[in-house]
Amino acid sequence: MKVIFDWVDRRTGCRKLVHEALYENVPGGARWRYVWGSTLSFALAVQFITGIFLWMGYSPSSQTAWESVYYIQDVMTGGWLLRGLHHYTAHAMIVLLALHLMQVVIDGAYKAPREVNFWFGLILLQLVLALSLTGYLLPWDQKGFWATKVATNLLAAVPAIGPGLQKIIVGGPEYGHHTLTRFFALHAGLIPGMIVALLVGHIYLFRRHGLTAKEPRLRPDAAFWPDQVLKDSVACLAVLATVLFLILRHRLFSTTGPLGAAFGAPADPSEPYSAARPDWYFLFLFQFLKLFPGGTELWGAFIIPGLIMLVIFLMPFIGQWRLGHRFNLGLLFSLLAGAGLLTYLAWAEDRRNENYQAAAQAAEGEAARVRVLAASPAGIPTSGAVTLLRNDPLTQGPKLFAQKCAGCHRFDGHDGTGRLVKDPQSASDLKAFASREWLTSLLDPDKITTTNYFGATSHRDGKMARFVKKNIAGFSPEQKESLRKVIAALSAEAQLKQQLSADQREAGMIDQGRALLRDEMKCTDCHEFGKKDEDATAPNLTGYGSRRWLISFISNPAHPNFYGDKNDRMPAFASEQILTPRAIGLIADWLRGSWYEPPASATNGSAPVAAK
Amino acid sequence: MNEDPNPCPSTGRRDFIKKFLAVLIGAIAGLVPAAAGLAVFLDPLRRKSSASGAVRVTSLEALPNDGQPRKFPVVATRIDAWNKFSQVPIGAVYLRRTNDGQVQAFNVVCPHAGCFVDFLPERGKYLCPCHNSTFTVAGKIDDPASPAARGLDSLEVEIRNQKEVWVKFQNFEAGSAEKIPAA
Repeated sequence: MKVIFDWVDRRTGCRKLVHEALYENVPGGARWRYVWGSTLSFALAVQFITGIFLWMGYSPSSQTAWESVYYIQDVMTGGWLLRGLHHYTAHAMIVLLALHLMQVVIDGAYKAPREVNFWFGLILLQLVLALSLTGYLLPWDQKGFWATKVATNLLAAVPAIGPGLQKIIVGGPEYGHHTLTRFFALHAGLIPGMIVALLVGHIYLFRRHGLTAKEPRLRPDAAFWPDQVLKDSVACLAVLATVLFLILRHRLFSTTGPLGAAFGAPADPSEPYSAARPDWYFLFLFQFLKLFPGGTELWGAFIIPGLIMLVIFLMPFIGQWRLGHRFNLGLLFSLLAGAGLLTYLAWAEDRRNENYQAAAQAAEGEAARVRVLAASPAGIPTSGAVTLLRNDPLTQGPKLFAQKCAGCHRFDGHDGTGRLVKDPQSASDLKAFASREWLTSLLDPDKITTTNYFGATSHRDGKMARFVKKNIAGFSPEQKESLRKVIAALSAEAQLKQQLSADQREAGMIDQGRALLRDEMKCTDCHEFGKKDEDATAPNLTGYGSRRWLISFISNPAHPNFYGDKNDRMPAFASEQILTPRAIGLIADWLRGSWYEPPASATNGSAPVAAK
Repeated sequence: MNEDPNPCPSTGRRDFIKKFLAVLIGAIAGLVPAAAGLAVFLDPLRRKSSASGAVRVTSLEALPNDGQPRKFPVVATRIDAWNKFSQVPIGAVYLRRTNDGQVQAFNVVCPHAGCFVDFLPERGKYLCPCHNSTFTVAGKIDDPASPAARGLDSLEVEIRNQKEVWVKFQNFEAGSAEKIPAA
């Protein structure tokens, strides 16, 4: 072994190098306050290791970025841990940078002859922030997409070169494939390369001038190895423990919380995302920008932060004046306090903002839902996971209902998305439409003329309501039993997913109900059922509530098959082109409770799916 | 300053413990991200080939009666990481009628290095365009000097409903003399 070491050493001089690295003099002995530089190097090393492994699974394009991150996060073994480490170590780096800067300024380590190294450090700080900014976009989820869009849109405010610069960074006039390829090249290539180069210079200069000892010195000078190395490694382990805690925190006391870094729904340029916020370390800038009225954002985004940065750069010179060091200290602490205050204000404002809370909650729901869909046997289409959500009745149904239906109708009393509607209800409540319960209430003399059924429409005084109120009210127990069968038969026409097993189990009763519906019950006096009936004056009950029936109904309720000229205010959503056929299908599927549900074992979308 | 008035006697052991701890703690801190990365890096070892089961390739009428092979694409579901493609070509087979009325199927992939072999009707042989391995019409090694270590990989054939040709499509590991299914 020694022979090999000797051979290598004679050719490289590595022993001397290692010796120099380990036996650097620490004036006044090892201290905890000197660990910050080492923890930052450690964090950077973690980012390089995890980043390169993530790189092997990442695919930067608008149809594959989210999808590949999903695959890493939910399918690949240990992917959630890898991504979690990369994500939260990035957060830890911001904190460590602030601590390192504070220690340098407090200890006066920025003063002559260490000015250049101080500047190296400040540039490194900016580069790490640039890594955070570019990395935030790469998963191509709604949050990263919209927050980064805001950041790059601000660039356009820079006079003359702004719009061009924005196009160069975004890779074109719109966000897309080239935004990702560019951000990825910056994030994984250019910026890390610059960081390595500057870090080499930073450490070289640090070694050249030596450590700035904190006075008074408590102990005699000592070598870096092993005392300071031990303190440094304990600090690095503490950083790692913190990061691991952040990754696992939702699972420490429960079995269902998300593991690892947050992961939103795939970016959708057609779905504005009002919960878009930068990550917490940029929140202060985000809040600061709110202080600047339209046309002056240049001041908030560039000029004032730029001037502050300039003053920080000049700290070594300011520090030479009699009160300069105190000024620098005061400035640094006021800046940190100011950033802290702005961060708090941004957070508090969002906490009070109901719209933000609702948007954030909806976003969380969609994020969980899309991961359930992605894990479904159908997989992710090549058009990207964004189409999974666009074609999902459970996601789109409530939104479409709230926009187009909830002006008159309700869904369980709300607008479909859970919000209450201010306008009075003027049409039926469609929760569980066509189910046995819904039909039982419709055919209940006490309920048919309530607002949840015909109460607020002209059908309140129509033939059907009169029939229910007069005839059904006087039904004998046997007739009531027949009505129960008719209801089961009519509801079976809808072929609702949640009723399928009941419908199969009670097929005999349903057959009797069909016969009763056709003959005894007088339904076919007005309604068509089963066979063609030219004289029918009321909605066709063949296939009542089925997907096809519901789509036709929504498309044109005034069609002779439905209400004809007795239709009360409901628009023909298809022929009047209020909704596309696709949207009508989504509403129909949602009302019918027809959407993909995972097998019971995999209901938690945020949980990693076991590798198949 | 007074905690260690005479450091000399204990320094050796204390220093050793410090060095040991420094290395141990440093190693733990460094190994965690490396281990997470390696777990993901080695994930492909856990993945199985998505091809399985018999696939309908063609109908009997499409096969020439003279025993000449014909190439057919195998269309089936392919899973590529997060995407699932249904009804896409996942490979190809040569099908031929044998003298005893059976149907023989060969994977078109050369067992030497994985190129697609061509059937040359005028020579009545399969030729691999990459390294010139030749195979007889029955899939055996034709020239003993061929680089291929085994003949073409035959596949199980099933005739359903008297006319549908179903093939259990499989790929095998290239390079070895044994026919080992690629998992």
